[in-house]
Amino acid sequence: MAAADALSNLTTGQIVGLWLQAAFTLAIFSFLWSDNPVYKLAEHIFVGISAGYGVVLVWHQAVLPLLLFKLLPQISGGAELSANYWVVIPGALGVLMLTRFFPKYDWLSRWPIAFVVGLYAGAGIPAVVQASILEQSQATLEPLKALHGPLIWGSPPVGSDGASVLTAFNAVLLLTGVICTLSYFYFSLPHTGILGVTSRIGIWFLMVAFGAGFGNTVMARVSLLIGRVQFLLEDWWRGTGIRLFGGG
Amino acid sequence: MERLLRIDRRVIFVLIFAAVLVPFLANLKLKPGAPSPSTRDVYDFIGKLPAGAAIMLAFDYGPASMPELQPMAAAICRHAFRRDLRVICLALSPQGFLLADRVLAETGPQEGAAYGEDYVNLGFKPGYTAVVLNMGQSIPGVYSQDTKGTPVERLPVMRGIRNYSDIALIVDLASSNTPATWVAFAHERFKVPVAAGITAVMATEYYPFYQSKQLVGLLNGLKGAAEYEYLIENPDRGAMGMASQSIAHAVIIVFVILGNVGYFGARRRRRVTR
Repeated sequence: MAAADALSNLTTGQIVGLWLQAAFTLAIFSFLWSDNPVYKLAEHIFVGISAGYGVVLVWHQAVLPLLLFKLLPQISGGAELSANYWVVIPGALGVLMLTRFFPKYDWLSRWPIAFVVGLYAGAGIPAVVQASILEQSQATLEPLKALHGPLIWGSPPVGSDGASVLTAFNAVLLLTGVICTLSYFYFSLPHTGILGVTSRIGIWFLMVAFGAGFGNTVMARVSLLIGRVQFLLEDWWRGTGIRLFGGG
Repeated sequence: MERLLRIDRRVIFVLIFAAVLVPFLANLKLKPGAPSPSTRDVYDFIGKLPAGAAIMLAFDYGPASMPELQPMAAAICRHAFRRDLRVICLALSPQGFLLADRVLAETGPQEGAAYGEDYVNLGFKPGYTAVVLNMGQSIPGVYSQDTKGTPVERLPVMRGIRNYSDIALIVDLASSNTPATWVAFAHERFKVPVAAGITAVMATEYYPFYQSKQLVGLLNGLKGAAEYEYLIENPDRGAMGMASQSIAHAVIIVFVILGNVGYFGARRRRRVTR
């Protein structure tokens, strides 16, 4: 109801905007039938607007507040009270990136690239190793606690209830999957004997992962179509089309 | 059999389009089953936060991912406002802060929340790794003002917010690899809980982070959004799309089966001919 109320209060500009959105949506969909000039026009306009939006955004969100306002506080409208000349250094590095357009001086662009690579490698490597390798390895092994029964310590067996049996099964499955998949990517020995068996099992795990990935991709793409259909039906047609053509 | 392999792709497009369209025209509603544990974990975590706690909502996606992520954002905002939580929105994606404005303009007034007191949109900052890292030192140092140009120290919603130690939960709504950045630089380094709402394409990449408890919960695509809407008893756009989603999936499964039948049938026929 709220959405319907909002649609009934649309301004002329918003109605024109909805019609443009609908027209561009249908123009892009027309590619499904075959490539055509209407699709090409919509595609080119999209690319142009995206590039323009990006330039304006970087100017207003980065160049002005992070560089020019700090160098010239008098143009910042009160956002900056005093000048900060340290920003000359990143500003100069940024300008050096533009030397890529001049073949004679393009070697200068390697300095800002080296700075960025060094900074992000230094900040990123420890954090990513911790988050993606150490924590993940621990999480792979931790479920094996569920096997504190006869398989490992000879202590009381895994609980007889279904949940703990499943947890134990999952733990073994997870570890088997990790080891076998890793063995598939071990190329220093021929994939024969035990390595041949584990790498073959690894392929099966990979296939299951690809299948899950494909299923999720289908879900995502159908969701995008649903979003467009919702827009065409709810926002555009019920909001503007019916009124325009005199329907209820 | 080989005819099955020569179905015009446009026939498939039309049938998928019809499968998505008809449930809307027929007003068909299909409730998703029990919510996934990963969705319920996000709901439970937010549900247990004390009134007045602050959650940070990162809008790290653009309009292309709106159908999946915008319903999630709306549902989480509604839940937070009903629980009297403070919602601090920001964006690491250039277009995200505009989408945050849309969600807040709709859900805030409907749930009785006020801009500046209960929620704020801090906007977009470029260089997402540096932004995430620096907020661990000082959030007002990175975002000195909101999208309207109001200094954050004048906003009641930002009172007492210095860094991640004052944030009860970060929810990253993402269509790219930003959840990994939040996990690596905010969760691992500053120990702030992180949850993620992601497009379904990314799901297989991020379930390991949920399994390892580096993410407190995970909303997966439109299904996750619909599940959250049902959990807060506010079925909306996510829930409306589930009937279309289910029927479209059934159509795709039929085509996958037909394709395989055609492929194996044609292969067998070729062998017999030889």
